[in-house]
Amino acid sequence: MPEMNMIEAIRDAMDVKMSQDSDVLVFGEDVGYFGGVFRATAGLQEKHGLHRCFDTPISEGGIVGIAIGMAANGLRPVAEIQFADYIYPAYDQIASEAARLRYRSNGDFTAPLTIRTPVGGGIYGGTTHSQSPEALFTHIAGLKTIIPSNPYDAKGLLISAIEDNDPVLFLEPKRLYNGPFDGDPHAPAKTWRGHDLGEVPSGHYRVEIGKARKLTEGSDVTILAYGTMVWVAQKVAQDMGVSADIIDLRSLLPLDIEMIEASVKKTGRCVILHEATRTSGFGAELAAQVQERCFYALEAPILRVTGWDTPYPHAQEWAYFPGPKRVGNAIQKVMEA
Amino acid sequence: MAKQTKSNTSRLYVPEPPFRPGDTPDYSHIAVPVSHTPPRPDPLCGAHETTPHATALIRVLRFSGEAEGDWAPEISADALRQALRDLALTRAMDERMFTMQRQGKMSFYMKSRGEEAVSIGHAMALRDTDMIFPTYRQQGILIQRGASIKEMMCQCLSNSGDPLDGKSIPVLYSFKKHGFFSISGNLGTQLIQGVGWAMANAYKDSDEIASVFTGEGATAEGDFHYALNFASTYRAPCLINVVNNQWAISSFQGIAAGEGETFAARGTGYGLATLRVDGNDILAVYAATKWAAERARGGGGATLIEHFTYRKSGHSTSDDPSKYRPENEPEVWPFGDPLDRLKTHLIHIGEWDEDRHTALLAEVKLEIRETYKSAEAMGSLSSETKVNDYTMFEQVYERPLPHLDEQKRMFAAEVEDGQA
Repeated sequence: MPEMNMIEAIRDAMDVKMSQDSDVLVFGEDVGYFGGVFRATAGLQEKHGLHRCFDTPISEGGIVGIAIGMAANGLRPVAEIQFADYIYPAYDQIASEAARLRYRSNGDFTAPLTIRTPVGGGIYGGTTHSQSPEALFTHIAGLKTIIPSNPYDAKGLLISAIEDNDPVLFLEPKRLYNGPFDGDPHAPAKTWRGHDLGEVPSGHYRVEIGKARKLTEGSDVTILAYGTMVWVAQKVAQDMGVSADIIDLRSLLPLDIEMIEASVKKTGRCVILHEATRTSGFGAELAAQVQERCFYALEAPILRVTGWDTPYPHAQEWAYFPGPKRVGNAIQKVMEA
Repeated sequence: MAKQTKSNTSRLYVPEPPFRPGDTPDYSHIAVPVSHTPPRPDPLCGAHETTPHATALIRVLRFSGEAEGDWAPEISADALRQALRDLALTRAMDERMFTMQRQGKMSFYMKSRGEEAVSIGHAMALRDTDMIFPTYRQQGILIQRGASIKEMMCQCLSNSGDPLDGKSIPVLYSFKKHGFFSISGNLGTQLIQGVGWAMANAYKDSDEIASVFTGEGATAEGDFHYALNFASTYRAPCLINVVNNQWAISSFQGIAAGEGETFAARGTGYGLATLRVDGNDILAVYAATKWAAERARGGGGATLIEHFTYRKSGHSTSDDPSKYRPENEPEVWPFGDPLDRLKTHLIHIGEWDEDRHTALLAEVKLEIRETYKSAEAMGSLSSETKVNDYTMFEQVYERPLPHLDEQKRMFAAEVEDGQA
């Protein structure tokens, strides 16, 4: 089976769909001839033509706006927003338009578009290249928000997103593009080579939107994570020798609450991890749903491990990042409760 | 606050309309061009050739009834009589719906009085398959394209005949089968979507084009800039229409930076063709639209058209225009009434008379009254037969998601609780 890093897997998903379906178009800032600042679209213009993969003006609202019009007119656009930190000018088009078109018109018009955008820190991107704004999007009825943590899921989920008849926001944890990251910035960088989830089938396959992945099976604690934090969780649990159910959510909306509920009822303990700021983060939603369903099975308070409620700092990146120490402390605390 | 020493004489300038309630409005300073300039260039001319058109005003109909000049279109008397009927029908429907809103039959309504020619003249010049991204004041397009007035009324009444199942407020229609895009209540957002639609047409080698609308007020939104920018960059086959009806609720067009330059002139900086047209002159609207459609279909790209008109009624049923402008301002507006001007023209060319006109107005009034009756028979917002509440959970996504199914069950329990 071919080995791919996450960038290659994402590119391959677009390549597969562009080869299958002439309605699939890819566009965004610098994605055409140059192939994107993270190289996710490298070679697609050369292979599929200028009309299928092209550059846009620096205008996120415009990019999503044309994607909505194209999607309503029968195409399957895949729009790239260069960094999630730049997505806010498009927020109105996403929240008020893409996510509402089907409802507002009672199914007369739909917007089957995919928006890809890199999220998260770990590359010294500072306040404007590190954000994780997923909670701003899971709050929008009519939109699906998904986030893979590895090459295999990235390709299968992106294909599902492109084929989905509803708008999908596809978040790419940029620190994972080249390899899994366990939260230690001083350790040598790992690659996806040799990793189980770096083995990516060629051709077409789907990973279903709305299904989480159980990364490890355990009995003592449930750890809910997504994106970069999945690999931090795995390393910390391993180092602590904790028997943990680590659930990689993969899809935030729709959420695989069944897997979460079954797991927490089994372990009686739950720790939630995300890189985004704490207050009103997606962890708050997870904690609420877990206590609604599992309150009488809980042995300890649900804890959240998150970034601080500050903008993502530059030089203080690793003080901000919810790394192994913060995660380990939380696990310790729920285990002792 | 302590007075500060200033090194310059600039002061914060806040534009105000020339007349407010209590003033006697006088618009004699607005020059109504008598000669019907500017000339009509070839539709595939360089965009710069239309620079003068951005600040001039294309007119065909003189107040005395003659149709004159380069832009006077070839159009049959039958087609003109149909246009007159569509204008009258639109106005009659607006009047009826406004009254019914006042009687509590619907939550809201918006009239298009005074600017009906913009929609109807525009739609006459396009193909029915060309997708229009309208604002809430383009109901005339649906009338012109033969949409079911009963369905439109049912939408406003949110009753069991509402094709939108009560999901949208009145007037925010969606009629894909009539090339009429679902209207958003967020202003300006659809301009760039229409450009995307047009880009898709071009990508698919389709012969169809798109036409997008905004009022002058919402040109202040970033979306207007996106639309002009992308339309120019990708030479999108679309028409971008600014309906300058002078008023955005209570704000006059100067609040959208309309004092310094025309709205059509916004297109010049983007390299778009630009036309500015007398929006109360249905023949001029028709001719300008024909020109721009021919340009778009011929590969010449987008045209920005400013339709210069006047909103004779309030913004909606929710505002009282006498609170922010002189009550007689609509009457003194110097470009006349679009329906009257077409009538005068038809009489002038010997194809109409006062008796037929009186009969037409009576006929459309009756048609609207009868249609409304049959629509209201299907319920209204305040009656028992309104749409099923459970439909609110439908069409959020293509297929219901588990969390919505759960919420639907919670709602069902709430309903049962209420009945117990």
